[in-house]
Amino acid sequence: MLLVEDGLGICVVHLSPLSLSLSLSLSLSGAGGGGNDVQWCFSQVKGAIDDDVAEADIISTVEFNHSGELLATGDKGGRVVIFQQEPENKSQPQCRGEYNVYSTFQSHEPEFDYLKSLEIEEKINKIRWLPQKNAAQFLLSTNDKTIKLWKISERDKRPEGYNLKEEDGRYRDPTTVTTLRVPVFRPMDLMVEASPRRVFANAHTYHINSISVNSDYETYLSADDLRVNLWHLEITDRSFNIVDIKPANMEELTEVITAAEFHPNQCNTFVYSSSKGTIRLCDMRESALCDKHSKLFEEPEDPSNRSFFSEIISSISDVKFSHNGRYMMTRDYLSVKIWDLNMESRPVETYQVHEYLRSKLCSLYENDCIFDKFECCWNGNDNVVMTGSYNNFFRMFDRGQKKDVTLEASRESSKPRAVLKPRKVSAGGKRKKDEISVDSLDFNKKILHTAWHPQENIIAVATTNNLYIFQDKLN
Amino acid sequence: MINTMECAMDAQSLISISLRKIHNSRTQRGGIKLHKNLLVSYVLRNAKQFYMNEKYAEIYRMQQYEEVMTVCNEIQELNPLDLAEDIAEASGDCCSQGAGSPLLMEPASVCCALPASNHSAHTPQQQLQATAACSAAAALALQNEEVCKETNSVFFRSCCAEAYPVTDCDFSSLSAVHCNKTTVLDLDTHVVTTVESGYLHQDCCAVPCQGAQAPAKKRKFDFGCYATESEEVPDFTPCKRARFEDFYCPHSEQLDTSNISNLISIFGSGFTGLVSRQADSEFSLNGQFCSKQTLASLGAWTRAIVAF
Repeated sequence: MLLVEDGLGICVVHLSPLSLSLSLSLSLSGAGGGGNDVQWCFSQVKGAIDDDVAEADIISTVEFNHSGELLATGDKGGRVVIFQQEPENKSQPQCRGEYNVYSTFQSHEPEFDYLKSLEIEEKINKIRWLPQKNAAQFLLSTNDKTIKLWKISERDKRPEGYNLKEEDGRYRDPTTVTTLRVPVFRPMDLMVEASPRRVFANAHTYHINSISVNSDYETYLSADDLRVNLWHLEITDRSFNIVDIKPANMEELTEVITAAEFHPNQCNTFVYSSSKGTIRLCDMRESALCDKHSKLFEEPEDPSNRSFFSEIISSISDVKFSHNGRYMMTRDYLSVKIWDLNMESRPVETYQVHEYLRSKLCSLYENDCIFDKFECCWNGNDNVVMTGSYNNFFRMFDRGQKKDVTLEASRESSKPRAVLKPRKVSAGGKRKKDEISVDSLDFNKKILHTAWHPQENIIAVATTNNLYIFQDKLN
Repeated sequence: MINTMECAMDAQSLISISLRKIHNSRTQRGGIKLHKNLLVSYVLRNAKQFYMNEKYAEIYRMQQYEEVMTVCNEIQELNPLDLAEDIAEASGDCCSQGAGSPLLMEPASVCCALPASNHSAHTPQQQLQATAACSAAAALALQNEEVCKETNSVFFRSCCAEAYPVTDCDFSSLSAVHCNKTTVLDLDTHVVTTVESGYLHQDCCAVPCQGAQAPAKKRKFDFGCYATESEEVPDFTPCKRARFEDFYCPHSEQLDTSNISNLISIFGSGFTGLVSRQADSEFSLNGQFCSKQTLASLGAWTRAIVAF
């Protein structure tokens, strides 16, 4: 049982707490401070306050759509919750609209593969929006094995005045019909419906970790540990395998695919990252099977940093192209790297996310935290990147100004008009006031998923079961 | 060279933690995660390599000391009468120790223990003890890459057969017998126990064959059990045997044989069957047959490892 607190009271929810929560929000009016630095303010938080987190409510993916008007989240229980930004208030033009629940639906259910005696988790691994072509919205959501195309459409009118049906749906006896009338559409309360339009199944032997829509808006790729498949959005019974790194002898396996993404502009180009810390760029025009890469991005390992866990921390957990398509960003356990697509030998920029954890790798291995897969994202201008960390901290790196900041997503700092205070972790030695020591970090509070609005300075940050929305302070 | 200064855990703890993770992953919801288990196997490999390097370094140190002692003894040998007395005394000392007693670090006692097995004057019990000492030494020596290459076949025979007189073993390099204690994790009961040296006698019987058929290619932790495709099912059975040697020997075929003994001592389960089989003398001098029997009897630990 989950309790959700809103301005009016407490309600009991059984569905995804994200969808039934009302949010705290604030109006961002008033003169702001000077300077070019962005100041981040708390805007909203979604989800239950309850400290006892139900496993099904754990957020597993967050994604803005192409306009930024819609924000989708997926959770471990297989549910998708979509938030919609309210239109800007004319009376308060400085305020951006807040995000409210738009639609909730059960995307995937747990399945059982009887042939292999395997349970297939319903957890939503990724959501990707399709560009909007008509009134309806489309998104792809995937669990470990199956990808589904969902259509989210609005209905705000309904036909009334059927001849053969009563208003409640019961059929009328035709003999009682004495007059005929033409049904008319009358307005009704807005209803948002989600319906599965396509189910792309049975194409992956291993666990799907990525999906990516192509810039041709007709095809998309899905990647599992060893293979990448290419699909057409209209065709569900066939997919083309374009990358296969499965060795002939599984005993010779040395690396797996960890993420894959299409280039934002070039529909023939995609990249995939590996557990060995390499990224391969492939051109689909070269051959049908893209096992041979066009470019291999790899940074030589620093031998002085070699440890038992070198392979684990070099494994790439996320790869994202910049919006302009010139760069790509990779996230491994301790750092974020920016690569220029024209230079394969090393990244052009490297940002340490939480280097103080390097001496703690042993305990992080013991408690499995070292296997956490952090994601990363670009802002709309490609000049700031963001990624998550532990203790509900998240980090932003300004590439232009060479500055970085650590912020925290917590209920304590979720007060109206609250500007987020930068946080600092002291690696050792003297701990200054307001700093937090490494040993005090809560490794159960991790931010794995973050998303940045494509145009505005609005970010969505997912803690374990809450979704925080922050905005920059408007002047 | 792995920098372990920042690691609070020693290699053996890491190995047991890693094995526990792999074991637990079998029951995790959603099926076995290939990526995570691959990463865990890398940690296992690194920890094992580090552990072996340490052992090797120790053996080398002991070897250095042993060589010095040998030179001293050779000088003494100029007087044969003195020599005979010394050996008899030393042998007596050594072999009077219980079979389960840890072999001492001092090279002198090791020296004694080894030729003692050749001494026909010894009683069968002493012979067995000496054989135990010899085998233990042999097993450890097998962990040493160089020794492995030179003396494999010799040791296999001596190990596998009961009370088989060791004739032309080259024991000079076996100084570093310090197989006194090993920590083992029983994957069935999840009990961690400390095992004495006599255990290794059993171990080395499993060793030889792998060396004989060590594959030329690098091997990795076997993921054959991820065989979720129908075409991979036929691979499953043959993989099992290969998996035995593969598990701990990625990228180092020379260490295959030595790793197995280490591996077995770490797992420590299912050896009662192994011991009983040995008593039956089912093991032939043929190394290959020996290994297959061993494999067949290691039900428990193959269950643990052969999870995929």
